[in-house]
Amino acid sequence: MLTDLTLAVARAGLARRDFSATELTQAHVDAVEALNPTLNALITVTADQALAQARAADAALASGDDRPLLGLPLAIKDLFCTKGVRTTAGSRILGPFVPPYESTVTANLLRDGAVFLGKANLDEFAMGSSNMTSAYGAVVNPWKRRQDADAVLVPGGSSGGSAAAVAGRIALGATGTDTGGSIRQPASFCGIAGIKPTYGRCSRWGIVAFASSLDQAGPFARTVEDCAILLRSMAGHDPKDSTSADRPVPDFAAACARGVRGLRIGVPREYRADGMPGEIEALWQQGLAWLRAEGAEIVDVSLPHTKYGLATYYIVAPAEASSNLARYDGVRFGLRADGGDLRELYEHTRAEGFGEEVRRRVLIGTYVLSAGYYDAYYLRAQKVRALILRDFTDAFAQVDALLTPTAPSAAFAQGENMDDPVAMYLNDVFTVPASMAGVPAMSVPAGLDGNGLPLGLQIIGRPFDEETVFAVAAAIERAAGFDALPAIRPGAVAAE
Amino acid sequence: MSLDAATVRRIASLARIGVGEDEIEGLRTQLNSILGWIEQLNEVDVTGIAPLTGAAQMALKMRDDVVTDGGDPDGVLANAPERAGDFFVVPKVVE
Repeated sequence: MLTDLTLAVARAGLARRDFSATELTQAHVDAVEALNPTLNALITVTADQALAQARAADAALASGDDRPLLGLPLAIKDLFCTKGVRTTAGSRILGPFVPPYESTVTANLLRDGAVFLGKANLDEFAMGSSNMTSAYGAVVNPWKRRQDADAVLVPGGSSGGSAAAVAGRIALGATGTDTGGSIRQPASFCGIAGIKPTYGRCSRWGIVAFASSLDQAGPFARTVEDCAILLRSMAGHDPKDSTSADRPVPDFAAACARGVRGLRIGVPREYRADGMPGEIEALWQQGLAWLRAEGAEIVDVSLPHTKYGLATYYIVAPAEASSNLARYDGVRFGLRADGGDLRELYEHTRAEGFGEEVRRRVLIGTYVLSAGYYDAYYLRAQKVRALILRDFTDAFAQVDALLTPTAPSAAFAQGENMDDPVAMYLNDVFTVPASMAGVPAMSVPAGLDGNGLPLGLQIIGRPFDEETVFAVAAAIERAAGFDALPAIRPGAVAAE
Repeated sequence: MSLDAATVRRIASLARIGVGEDEIEGLRTQLNSILGWIEQLNEVDVTGIAPLTGAAQMALKMRDDVVTDGGDPDGVLANAPERAGDFFVVPKVVE
């Protein structure tokens, strides 16, 4: 089936005229139609636009055009502004918002010929680890537990719709954003690959802001090489984002074939969390054994402030969010709820427009930035953040990359971890430190747990050395030979 | 530090989020649970450490101070909940 192809293989097939871009997109549009009512991975489906883009791609292919993503259908996280296509950020408050401009990352993908199938579901304003906070309904993970096949599992979050779309084979690849783990954790839960590149590698212009010092765009795909192809198109300097890095974008796909011989791979001892399931610990050891067998040297390292990463994150991110989300006031765009005066208009609009988790984080952020508490919370958190960065800098003086588990569990069921906000936050314990330090990190599927659910390993690299991250991830991918398929996918459901 | 109901009302007011009286107690419990967990940062010795404001370890670029965009009132106002001519409309603020 065309929906089973990797992005690289689909690209080669289009170049050889084995099938047309229209056929490839039609197969994905059909898959969206068949499976999206179950998965709820896309909030907005743009089938007509996708087919028009595919027809344009066929004409371009016929004239010898060889742009890197020509005719390849993708899903776009609904946090990227897309000109003329509603962009909700998973929130009621942006329900009626139709951007008059295109984000830089999606503009880069369109420049390279990509086809957009629709806008992928997410936790509201990218705040969450389960996709349960979306105002547009929960996303269903295409994977099922072997023992408990009736349980509906979450895809992780916040980029849960993007991950479910790629795992469920309704898109060849997808964009995501990662603030504290929002690409890596859903990639792990859905058995696909995903990379958060170095902060500054991709422009944030036109991405609905959550925490500006942490937010970074990155791709999801079913292989490491596909992620490398997508990232090369997404990345690059943008004068419209003063934090985007003005440095050349390497050929990431070429780095996938480098191998790991001679690399020094660090094992941070602080990631050995209490209560980590035995099968995750075993998979981690297996990953290290694979890399050792391929010629890497395994080195024990210490990241002493790891345990403070999450608490630091839950000051810094809500603080930045409370500031960024101040713009949703019911005046210039988005939802408006009427009030007797301007203040009531603001308060009613924001009460109606924000969901519970967003409200909680805006309140926490407002508190830690308020007079009298700024030094005790926000300033202290920024200092601990400096120590977390120093941990990574010290470790990367000894090793080329780090290997850790991506998440402390496999995908959990809808409704689990919902009673206590802190229990949900703990999902990001292994992903948050790399976010705080701004370094690149990737999740690659490495095995299944006892219930048949995918588990990912995380590779963390030096700033702007995504190439080594891709090299290590590709080596693990080759050794793991991960070929398990989710229960919900085109064909499988039709046969039921 | 533990938040009381008055502080929760004050934060909500600063954040311009309307919160019903029946929601205050639940919010107070949740926020205190999060803040209690965050207190662990007090264990860390941060003496002499400079705060890290962001992950982009580079100097911000300068650009020429010129207008690069604008002149598109219809684009700017296209998503306005209420507009009058080239203006956003809000409830009367000056008596």
